Amino acid sequence: MRKLIKSLVVSKDLESHIDKMPKEVGSLGYDAWGFNSDINKIGVALFKQLYDHYFRVEADGLENIPKDGPCLIIANHSGQLPLDGTLIGIAMEMNPHSPRAPRAMIERFFPTVPFLGNFLNSVGAVIGDPLNCAKMLERGEAVIVFPEGIRGSGKLYSKRYQLQRFGNGFMHLAMKYNAPIIPVGVVGCEETIPAIANIKPLAKLLHVPYVPIALPFIFPAKVHLNFGKPIHFGNQALENGREITEQEVTKQVEQVKSAIRGLINKGLAERKRIF
Amino acid sequence: MTTKSKKELDVAKTTPSIDQTKQILITGAGGALAQHVISVLKREYRIVAVDFRRRVELGEDIPSYKVDFNKRGFEDIFRTYEFDGVLHLGRMGLHEANRTRRYNMNVLGTQKLFNLCLKYNVHQVLVLSTHHVYGADAYNPALLDETFPLKASELTQDLVDSVELENLSTIYKWKHPDLHITILRPCNIVGPGVRNTISMLLSQKYAPILFGFSPLMQFIHVEDMAEAIATAFRQNLPGIYNVAPDDWVAYQDALVECGCNRLPILSLPPSLPKLVAKFMNTRSFPEYLVNYFKYPVIIDGSLFRESFKWKPGRSLEEIFSYYREIK
Repeated sequence: MRKLIKSLVVSKDLESHIDKMPKEVGSLGYDAWGFNSDINKIGVALFKQLYDHYFRVEADGLENIPKDGPCLIIANHSGQLPLDGTLIGIAMEMNPHSPRAPRAMIERFFPTVPFLGNFLNSVGAVIGDPLNCAKMLERGEAVIVFPEGIRGSGKLYSKRYQLQRFGNGFMHLAMKYNAPIIPVGVVGCEETIPAIANIKPLAKLLHVPYVPIALPFIFPAKVHLNFGKPIHFGNQALENGREITEQEVTKQVEQVKSAIRGLINKGLAERKRIF
Repeated sequence: MTTKSKKELDVAKTTPSIDQTKQILITGAGGALAQHVISVLKREYRIVAVDFRRRVELGEDIPSYKVDFNKRGFEDIFRTYEFDGVLHLGRMGLHEANRTRRYNMNVLGTQKLFNLCLKYNVHQVLVLSTHHVYGADAYNPALLDETFPLKASELTQDLVDSVELENLSTIYKWKHPDLHITILRPCNIVGPGVRNTISMLLSQKYAPILFGFSPLMQFIHVEDMAEAIATAFRQNLPGIYNVAPDDWVAYQDALVECGCNRLPILSLPPSLPKLVAKFMNTRSFPEYLVNYFKYPVIIDGSLFRESFKWKPGRSLEEIFSYYREIK
């Protein structure tokens, strides 16, 4: 069945392009997090239609993504649904310079959802656990992280393009695994599902992060992705023989945040119209 | 001077000339894994085999006993033979007894074994555990290493004895370093003769799946696992080790590869598949393992592979071809 779908939706050009990715899989096409090379290709082929024709994504700076080795793709989060992660992932796989398998960190409740949990794993997503991120960097993967988490994706339209608090976890991992950080400014996803309120009691009842009041429709906002120059922090934890303090880590996180803010402003300036 | 016949010479050729000065005890001798371990180690050690189910016939060279670990007969075996090491592979399965009896045999019986090892000056014990001790949880990250918390007993009461056995082994390991305890946590052991849940499922024509779930799994061939146990025992590097290949496959893909037809069971609400499993009441789909068919438990076997310079010899394709052929 999978082979049939793949033969119907994945063109030979697309397959040969994705095959250039430096991605190691086991003897039956899986990796340790459930990534499957065939399902990934099917996913890219399907979502590429949305990427090209619905959101008409413009991606700049893709040459900044390293050809191989561990790296962290750090972006602003928005739009209620993880569309931004999906579009960054398609941009990474379709990168004409050097395609990479995107490993997006997703909310922990996804594995409990039938079909969706397995599908997301198969195309490259994994639950946002520090151990997952660490092991993937250890194995030379390119990991997409949204340090704002649900604070970013669940924010209301009135707070669009205002960066929320960043967690520091990604910086610790970047230093430990000597992984360069590629900041990304996402513009357009804020307008895909504009929410005016969040029904917190209902979210609590349903055990989901938020329940937005929004139109049940994903608007075809034009999306701009700006990939910035890699930022290297190295293994500063051992600099001068002392442990780096959490305050210093926060300072470095602010540096990344500021780079993303600059890239968002660039995208907003480039944007001629929302749709 | 006598001349050996051709037949005798052939036998001499195939039997390694190892002095066999060391004597070891292997528990759970009735199981397929233990029998493979015996066939690997019998040329290097003098083996005594025990099993709580039955007396297993292993040939004239290998004394074999049916024994309850908690009865006096077990100590008699320690008194009769001077063991240098013990490979504790025997376990009472869920289908074999109720929770209390399993606890008595698996946990208290293991404690008895450790105490006898201390009393009779045994200085090496290898304990076979399972990856099930980590527990199948939606929040599990992949590539769990040996320091990951053991959550199985929190998720199901039926795995309490497995976790307690591990905890007990760890306590003895730290309290009595001279016992040189090695604990192995293998992934799914499969292959000819293996009668555990997953092996029985792969052998069937129809196998249940939870609708919308296909957790990633790891498999190790029973002969590879026997080699891993033998390697760990020979090198004697006490510690806790996951044992798994660096290869993975989704459960439903594994079923297809083995030529099984998938039998979907509604997965929502979460209590429904457990009720179905309880109603089915089969060894191959027990209620307490339902979550293992929903969420992955992927272990990182790199510590074992690197410490013992070991890697499995059989691929997933070779493993699954056996199950295809027996159908």
